[in-house]
Amino acid sequence: MNYLLRGIGVLTTVGLVSLLAFSLPSGEARGDGGGNTLPQLKNKNWQQECASCHIAYAPAFLPKASWRRVMGGLDRHFGENASLDPATQADILRFLEANAADSGTSRMGSKVMQRMGANEAPLRITETRWFVRKHDEVARATWSRKSVGSAANCAACHQQAEKGVFDEHDIRIPK
Amino acid sequence: MIERFLFSSLALLAMASAGALAAETPASLMARYAQEAGVPVSALSAARGAALFRTEHPGRDGQPVRCASCHTDNPKQPGQTRVGKRIEPLAPAANPERFTDAAKVEKWFRRNCQDVLQRECSAQEKGDFIAWLSQVK
Repeated sequence: MNYLLRGIGVLTTVGLVSLLAFSLPSGEARGDGGGNTLPQLKNKNWQQECASCHIAYAPAFLPKASWRRVMGGLDRHFGENASLDPATQADILRFLEANAADSGTSRMGSKVMQRMGANEAPLRITETRWFVRKHDEVARATWSRKSVGSAANCAACHQQAEKGVFDEHDIRIPK
Repeated sequence: MIERFLFSSLALLAMASAGALAAETPASLMARYAQEAGVPVSALSAARGAALFRTEHPGRDGQPVRCASCHTDNPKQPGQTRVGKRIEPLAPAANPERFTDAAKVEKWFRRNCQDVLQRECSAQEKGDFIAWLSQVK
């Protein structure tokens, strides 16, 4: 009986929380739907520009100092010229800083920061201690499969990466 | 008479919506680049454009690179970025959105010419390139 009541309680809470989460306007949503789901963010330039070559990596994966380094070197962006006009570049950097791992706006960001050294500003998400630890069971050969390409291709395994959902049960490692 | 009226208003409507969505066409961009290069549009060469696309160059890290490395040899086929994201086909015949936004066209010429040729492309080269792609059927 006790369990039944508790079960109903849990279900009601989950229902209410998800209702709340989905009814919030996405641009203003500060709460994330759990540790492995990112807040739904909107920024036209971030989505359009960053996502023309790769998925628009969430700002919560790196600290502000990292984003400043990334955005300061777009003319040699991991071996490619990804330069932008100054206004677009400044707009994207503002957005990244406002939602960065150390901005206190997401649980995912806090987890990334827990393992970040004080003066660390990695250029790659895959270099963060948080990322390395989260993926320590993935063999090197898996990363280099043709279907995956590299560790930069989140969506190869995280089926809903583009929506910011990194839940364990949404992972399907391709052959 | 009515037919004629209908036709011309439809044409106007089409022009207006095209103007609102995208101000350019491959032809208007060719005209713009030809003017910038100081040559008539007829001096743009599809053959030179094709050669520009296919020629291999030493990349920044010494690895050979060409446009087709990402765009594939067939401009009607989609290509792929280094991290596996789809690139829509280059040829307007396969992708009507191509060469309809001047700022976007300039952005990608700037970036990709730097990556492939280690320099910016000239207005003549840009015009040749579009001349080639717009006659791909």
